[in-house]
Formats: sequence, C-alpha cells, structure tokens
Amino acid sequence: MENDLKDALAARLLAMGDDEAILGHRDSEWCGHAPILEEDIAFANIALDEIGHAQVWYALHAELLGEDAASYPDELVYRRSAGAFRHAPLLELPKGDWAFSMLRQYLFDLYESVMLAKLADSQNESIAGAAIRIGREEIYHRRHTQTWVRRLGLGTEESNSRMQTALDALWPHVMELFRPLSGDATLIEVGILPNLGDVQTVWEAAIRPWLTESNLAIPEAIPSNYTRTHHTKHLATLLDDLQEVVRLYPEGSW
Amino acid sequence: MYGATIDLMDDPRDDAEKLAAFEARIAAGEKIEPGDWMPEEYRKQLIRMISQHAHSEVVGMLPEGTYITKAPSLRRKLILLAKVQDEGGHGQYLYHAAETLGATREEMLDLLLTGKAKYSNIFNYPALSWADMGIIGWLVDGAAILNQTMLAKASYGPYSRAMIRICAEENFHMRQGQDIIITLAIGTPEQKAMAQDALNRWWWPTLMMFGPPDTDSPNSTVLIRWGIKTKTNDELRQTFINQMVPELQSLGLEFPDPDLLYDAESGNWITGPIDWDEFWRVIRGDGPMNKERLGARRAAHEDGQWVREALAAYAEKHEMTSAVL
Repeated sequence: MENDLKDALAARLLAMGDDEAILGHRDSEWCGHAPILEEDIAFANIALDEIGHAQVWYALHAELLGEDAASYPDELVYRRSAGAFRHAPLLELPKGDWAFSMLRQYLFDLYESVMLAKLADSQNESIAGAAIRIGREEIYHRRHTQTWVRRLGLGTEESNSRMQTALDALWPHVMELFRPLSGDATLIEVGILPNLGDVQTVWEAAIRPWLTESNLAIPEAIPSNYTRTHHTKHLATLLDDLQEVVRLYPEGSW
Repeated sequence: MYGATIDLMDDPRDDAEKLAAFEARIAAGEKIEPGDWMPEEYRKQLIRMISQHAHSEVVGMLPEGTYITKAPSLRRKLILLAKVQDEGGHGQYLYHAAETLGATREEMLDLLLTGKAKYSNIFNYPALSWADMGIIGWLVDGAAILNQTMLAKASYGPYSRAMIRICAEENFHMRQGQDIIITLAIGTPEQKAMAQDALNRWWWPTLMMFGPPDTDSPNSTVLIRWGIKTKTNDELRQTFINQMVPELQSLGLEFPDPDLLYDAESGNWITGPIDWDEFWRVIRGDGPMNKERLGARRAAHEDGQWVREALAAYAEKHEMTSAVL
C-alpha cells in the first residue's frame, strides 16, 4: 500500500476507534445511576458493545502500522494525550441528563448504521468484514435508542422540553461526524471509504422525520467550532478519569 | 453479594395443622412454590431476605461502579462493566423473586430509599484504589458465593433458582478479582503494596459479611428449621477463612491480624477477635459510606423521576401499559 493511502487509512481507523471508545466510556458512566434498573443493564450493554467495536477498529489500525493488535489499543487509549485523539467532540461532552445521553446515542447510532452499511461494500476486505459484524449489533442499539427518543419526545411536557434542550445542544456538534479528515479524499477515491456527504444525506433523510414525529424541532444547522483535531475542554477531564490508574504507576502492567 | 439477616422475628401463629404439613414438606426436601400455603412469618422473612439481597446487588453496583471509568485497560474495563451490569441483573431477578411473595418493586425501593431496608454492610466501605476491585471480586464475591451456594438449596423455589443462576455468574466475578490481585501481587512493588493495602482494609469487613456470631444471631434457628438457611453464620465464615488464607498468603500478601494461626487439630485457620461493635455501628448507619451510598441511590431515583413519568405517560397514550414499567 502506498504511504499516503496507508497514512490516510490509519487516521480514519483511529478516528473510528476513538469515536466508539469515547462514547462507550461516557455511556458506562450511567451504570448504577440510570433512571430504571433495566436501563442500568441495557445502557451498560450498549457501552460494552461500543468499547468492543473500538477494539475492532484499533486492531485494524495497529495491524496497518505493524503494531501488536492485542496490546496497541491500550497504548492508544491510556497513553495518548488529549490532542492526539481523533473522535468527534460530540462524543466527549459530559453525559448530561438521560435525555442528552440517550439522544446523543441515537444520533450516533444512526450515523454509524449508515456508515457501516456503506463500509460493508468497502474495497478493503478487513473493513468490510468488520462493518458487517458490527452492523449486526448496531441494529439493536438503534431500535432501543429510537424507541426512547419517541417515548421521551412524546411523553410529558418536561420530557419533551428536556429532549428539545438536548437536541439544541447536540445538533451543532453532530456535523463534526461528517467533516472529512485530511486524508479521507484519497480513501474515497479508491473505494475504501464512502463519501461523508452521502452518509450525511442518508442520515438526515432518516433522522429528520423521526425527530419531527417525536415532537422535536430541528434547529438551524450552525456547525460547532470543534473538530476531530480540535477538542472541547471536556476531553482533558475525561482522560484524567480514564487514565488515572495507569498514570499512577506508568511502568506497571495491569 | 448478599444481605445479612439481622432483624428479630415473631413466633409463627398460623394454623398448627397446615404448619406441620408445611414443615414436613421442607423436611422432605420439597420446594415451596409461590401459590403454596406458607406461614405468614416465612413469607415475611423471605421478602425481607430477598429484598435485602436485591438491594445489596443494586447498592453493590456503586463501589465498583466508581472504577468502571478508571479501569486500566480496555479488557479490564469491559470485564468490570459487565460485572457491575451482572449485579444489576441479579438485583432484577431477586426483585422478581420477592414479587412472587406479594411485594412490589416500588414498595421495596421505597423501603431502601427511606433507609428502612438493609443491604449488605460491606458496601458501606469505600473503594479507594484499583486494587479494591480485585479484593471486592475475590473476597466479597467469594463470601457471597458461599452464602449463595447455601441459599441455592433454600426451600423457597424462586429464591433457590435465582441463586443457582446468580452463583454461576458470581464465579466469574470472583475469578476476575483473583486475576486483578495476582497481576498486582506479581507487579511492581507499588502495585503489590496497593494490593496489600486493599486486603488490610477489606479483610475484617468481609468476615463480618456472614453476619453476627451464632451466639448473637436470633434468626438462624427458624431460618434453618424452615430450610431457608442450611448453615450457620460461623460455619460459613470458617469455611471462607480456610479457603482464603492460604490462597492470599501464597501471593506473599499478609493478613491484618497478628493473632491469625493454623490449628492443626481442627484443620481451621483461627482469626483474632472480630470487632462486632464496628459491625453494629455500620448497620445502624454510621459506616464510612452509608450516607454516600443511599445518597447516590436517591439521586439516581430522583433524577430519573421525570423519565419514569414520561414512560408512564407515553404508555398510557399508546395503550402500552405494562410494556415498559
């Protein structure tokens, strides 16, 4: 593989792994604190799946770089500083209330479903295979989260108002998911990655009616000031927590 | 995890003939099922025990939950998250088992949140380091397994069956705890010190998990007669000590008990005196974390109030009652 293409693919795989790892981390914060016991269990399951998906993308990233696929993912998560993470800042925002976490999960699940469906046809066989496997789990996430969006949107005045507040806060950040990385054009050209503009079109066609029918008003699209290379202040705080034990004795193995 | 039984009970005053038949069934090793006749006191004791046990699972999610976000590798994070999730699942089975006796989840939760229901004392101690995840898994779940293996033989069918499912999962929990401690014990000197510190802090509270000594355990007699328990607190405690002492010593860890000795004649490890004043103090609410644990449960409940209301309103509008709540 040519160097440019390899670098571009490594960067995209890293971004995909980071998306899953950071969202899974935020979701895991609910375990023990959810509004009903059934959701302590269900949302933990989603978190587990997301972290598992992160391992898949990280392993492909590691193989591409000639690193050990078993140990390198931990290096990536536990030994990088905030500036080196490549997830969409949407996913690092504090978990907020149940409306915020659930709506974020839904927005991401639908993005991921569209992305995975397209990646299943990727010219890169490893990516296509992973996309098909992960896609099977995402069906259940989407079903779960879209039902919650409907219930909370149409539940009570308070639940509707909390969902609207969450949507207003999340919507500008959603655009971060569709902004290409610098090497993405190369990947799109050779059929490894779908055009993110097309992903966004399919995503919007599905998400707009669902939100509207859930009695939520879709805000004007004003993109956030953050990108996969320029994070919010919340990432550093998140990493202080996530890397706390490893930083305590960096030479230790765990 | 489990809840120790500590309340006093009244004498049963049910019909003597039915009682004799009921006790004969238990003596014959039959299981009592939800529709069967049972003395009111048996029902009450079981609701108390099973709901305490359920609360212990749910409150027990909190100390380990603190470290889900800090777990030092992706593998450890996945395992710990799955373990804490299992505990939620155990709580759910157990609330259902108690519901078969006529208690509702709302009533049981209300008793927990108002501080009237007990949960296992062990969760009123703080988790202060990563090594605590290992010690909780190994010792606390190890102690729970002994208790629950006994309860899997309990005379009440739904409780017994819940215990069989739960024990299978608890064995994995204990192994993940062992694996954490072994990794630390053979790690850097600082990591080993971390494991030692965790053992120092959790050893005595773990021994107290089996409940007060037999001489001071008023429930045991009737619980044993009715086949709810089949072993006394002290018997289970001794089995636990005999199991744990050699295993932890083999890793070069020391017990925080200068009187600990092996009695060759009985084959038992004998500990120094347990501080039962501390046990009763923590049960009465003066443990290091009682307020925090209950506070966290209340916060989750109160913060989730609008969510539950929304679910109920949506279900009502869409005639989906009972589908969600």
